[in-house]
Amino acid sequence: MSSSLLQSRVPTALSFSSSIAGGTKPQWRFTSAPAVTFTRRTRNSTIHAKIREIFMPALSSTMTEGKIVSWIKSEGDVLSKGESVVVVESDKADMDVETFYDGILAAIVVAEGESAPVGAPIGLLAETEAEIEEAKAKAAGAGSSAPSTPAASAPSPPPPPAPVAAAPTPVAAPVAADGPRKIVSTPFAKKLAKQHKVDINKLVGTGPFGRITPADVEAAAGIAPAKSSAAPVTAAAHAPAAAAAAAPAKSAPTFAEIPGATIVPFTTMQAAVSKNMIESLSVPTFRVGYPIITDALDALYEKVKPKGVTMTALLAKAAAMALVQHPVVNASCKDGKSFTYNSSINIAVAVAINGGLITPVLPDADKLDLYLLSQKWKELVEKARSKQLQPHEYNSGTFTLSNLGMFGVDRFDAILPPGQGAIMAVGASKPTAVADKDGYFSVKSQMLVNVTADHRIVYGADLAAFLKTFAKIVQEPDSLTM
Amino acid sequence: MQSSFSLSLSSASPITGRSDGGATSTAPDLFFSSTTTPSQLRFCGLRREAFSGCKSSNNALLLKQLRPMKKISASSSRNGTPSKGFDYDLVIIGAGVGGHGAALHAVEKGLKTAIIEGDVVGGTCVNRGCVPSKALLAVSGRMRELQNEHHMKSFGLQVAAAGYDRQQVADHAQNLATKIRNNLTNSMKSLGVDILTGFGTVVGPQKVKYGKVGESETLITAKDIIIATGSVPFVPKGVEVDGKTVITSDHALKLETVPEWIVIVGSGYIGLEFSDVYTALGSEVTFVEALDQLMPGFDPEIGKLAQRVLINPRKIDYHTGVFASKITPARDGKPVTIELIDAKTKELKDTLEVDAALIATGRAPFTQGLGLENVNVETQRGFIPVDERMRVIDSKGKLVPHLYCIGDANGKMMLAHAASAQGISVVEQVSGKDHVLNHLSIPAACFTHPEISMVGLTEPQAREKAEKEGFEISIAKTSFKANTKALAENEGEGIAKLIYRPDNGEILGVHIFGMHAADLIHEASNAMALGTRIQDIKYAVHAHPTLSEVIDELFKSAKVKSDVPSAVAEPVAV
Repeated sequence: MSSSLLQSRVPTALSFSSSIAGGTKPQWRFTSAPAVTFTRRTRNSTIHAKIREIFMPALSSTMTEGKIVSWIKSEGDVLSKGESVVVVESDKADMDVETFYDGILAAIVVAEGESAPVGAPIGLLAETEAEIEEAKAKAAGAGSSAPSTPAASAPSPPPPPAPVAAAPTPVAAPVAADGPRKIVSTPFAKKLAKQHKVDINKLVGTGPFGRITPADVEAAAGIAPAKSSAAPVTAAAHAPAAAAAAAPAKSAPTFAEIPGATIVPFTTMQAAVSKNMIESLSVPTFRVGYPIITDALDALYEKVKPKGVTMTALLAKAAAMALVQHPVVNASCKDGKSFTYNSSINIAVAVAINGGLITPVLPDADKLDLYLLSQKWKELVEKARSKQLQPHEYNSGTFTLSNLGMFGVDRFDAILPPGQGAIMAVGASKPTAVADKDGYFSVKSQMLVNVTADHRIVYGADLAAFLKTFAKIVQEPDSLTM
Repeated sequence: MQSSFSLSLSSASPITGRSDGGATSTAPDLFFSSTTTPSQLRFCGLRREAFSGCKSSNNALLLKQLRPMKKISASSSRNGTPSKGFDYDLVIIGAGVGGHGAALHAVEKGLKTAIIEGDVVGGTCVNRGCVPSKALLAVSGRMRELQNEHHMKSFGLQVAAAGYDRQQVADHAQNLATKIRNNLTNSMKSLGVDILTGFGTVVGPQKVKYGKVGESETLITAKDIIIATGSVPFVPKGVEVDGKTVITSDHALKLETVPEWIVIVGSGYIGLEFSDVYTALGSEVTFVEALDQLMPGFDPEIGKLAQRVLINPRKIDYHTGVFASKITPARDGKPVTIELIDAKTKELKDTLEVDAALIATGRAPFTQGLGLENVNVETQRGFIPVDERMRVIDSKGKLVPHLYCIGDANGKMMLAHAASAQGISVVEQVSGKDHVLNHLSIPAACFTHPEISMVGLTEPQAREKAEKEGFEISIAKTSFKANTKALAENEGEGIAKLIYRPDNGEILGVHIFGMHAADLIHEASNAMALGTRIQDIKYAVHAHPTLSEVIDELFKSAKVKSDVPSAVAEPVAV
């Protein structure tokens, strides 16, 4: 420190906190001493009235942080008003800082060689011995920046702005850290910090290796993150998903709250369903329905039921056989630019389970016979119940079947799962009066199937032709058992 | 309105017996070599693949028309009769852009020519340099434009968030390199140039052997030999290149990753161009420059403006006056670490922790294993010493007969098109016509957005020369802001600067920073190559509205003393 330098300095504004604003003028060792903030600031005046925090003073108008060169007093020393307590290095010079309260230096919060932003507590002053323990506890609780840190650990300038472990105070909350650390911030983060006047030394980096990223600075400056400049797009499909995900964030609609409502968060499965449903909105779909007489199918079902064949297996087999003839319905549109023709026909079947929805997949449904399919289906359902399904067993479908016929639903339409070209919704088979081509009425079992498809790749005529083939297979089901 | 004329002059340069040895240079390029640090120069433009232009000795004009294909096959028959006692008239070691340019010109001159290549045809420029980098820069230019909402709005355009697919960008660069490489190979094959595969070694005067590593070697004799082995990225000691996180331009051009934060060591042409690519693709960049200012080698005024446009507003910061003394690749979960030491005091100043580092500290000549000891030649820092006619100088300071070195390997001017021009100059000499290349008229360009280009001297270089030789210089400047076409494109940022002699109107240097600067420079470089003076070229007419009017304005704003006689006194009606 240099007194001559100090003598020549113009006194800068004194900054005291409000609690001592009306107090007596403190004594200074130097006649032209700069401002020293040395205040009593307590969080809870009724309890800690006698413990005062010693703050890093603002020694010059440009100073934002100071480094503790040395503590003149040690913990436990009795201080009297006007005594020098600590030497602080500012951006311009080293200076003694004095106390203008009598008391005992109870705890040193910022050790020698460490730095603290202006206004951060650097030590605690107790009024009586009885309060020393309390003050120490407070200091210890405040952080690990213990006074035991040797001064030698401090590197030469520029000083690492070791953030002071904050005592519980409402001051510009400095960051708790394990001690001196290197501040790493990216070039753009630095630019933003300068632009928004954010002290980068006070930030905690959330980027790789703890570096401060532009987003950290933006968060500290309280501004909305800039639009991502050049995010690589790996698949075009991500874009709509991202857009959809961003949409609620932008204009989160507020719904009226109805008193007494319970909020149950989604399970993982439900969240996945929700995500898929949102994603499905980006696909232009259309629907085509078709009535199918099922008397022959029902007769066949009765015949094979004892052998363990389920209706699901029958429908899956029929759909798969129809898909063989209409590969475009088994295709998918992954990038909005091309058809992806799948080499195998994997029929996913929607199953409601445990409050969720899952689609176990019958792979190569066109190649397996009815009995094997039925067996496979049984296995899959078991696995689904016990949550043992492997990802490929529920996400490898190329066409989905959804059947609500057992509930008596006569028709419904299904939402096309992302990544597939079409989904078939099957209603209940009901006795219906039908007229044949000669005009004779008769009562037949008839079910309505309704297919939802991605119109980017599957057109109306494709779907109609597929349904015609499907209906023919169902109405003359002998081929199913072959 | 007649807008174009087609000239068809053929290169009818008479063959007048060789002027061997002794001829002294009339246009020494000592000035250039004394003021340029070759290691900082590295950028290139590619000479037309199939046809090469020809520059004859200083200030002489030689125009050539593109030949129809018929004539090429006719000329291929000319590659058939070597001089007595030799396998070939000319053997070129290295099939880069320099060797290629020399080979094509040699065939045209009736020399039986062979070219030896140990790697792939096209060399650095085509495979690992200017060509693929242009593909990446084409992408970065578009990204930059699409991302600039303000720019787009000023056109009334609305663009949704621009994105890119890294692999497709990388493929574009690779495909371009492959295509140009095939063009180059085909152009030589169609002319009948023998492409010999393997590493070439000089075994004695007029003798070369070649062969693949581990295989038998073939000895061939040639009347003249040109070494055109080029260069490789220079990696300073202390730097550990792993090809993944610490990379050179060779790796960077493959664009295998786009790191979030990359340090670029060196702010020359390579570094600048890559900073343009990386920032456009979303990376943040930190430059490490050993000199006290960024972009050394540019005219200071251009450099200052370029920094204001290309560095300051982008996600770039920099450390100047420091060396990267130690660079350790990312491993064991630790980032890439870079130790910076003060360039003067060598004290440790800082340690950077980043995702990747690109070493762009220049290029080192690739001259090892050439058998130079067999002809008593010692390299200087790896460069092969040559005179102004590219004739190789041995360790005693004597010329090695029939041995020439062109391109990066001689370090005179490390540019692809300079190598090609040097090759053509050598071919002119060996086919009997003295020729000295004027390096001061060779343009250079940096393909950032906007581009930077230059030819001739920078202002400090010109002032130094003026003081030494006792003449005055003047500076003229024009801004792109005054150009209609630039304003239509909303690209008014940029200047053109002319350094000239007011006493005789000689152009000493032209520097351009702005849209399409790399294309605009040629009016100035051609004028310099042909010795055209300002008082003459200022009467040339430019189409309106075009960016070329920036250069037109530049010439018109120059103040040449009125008593200087002008070649074109009056417009001549034709």
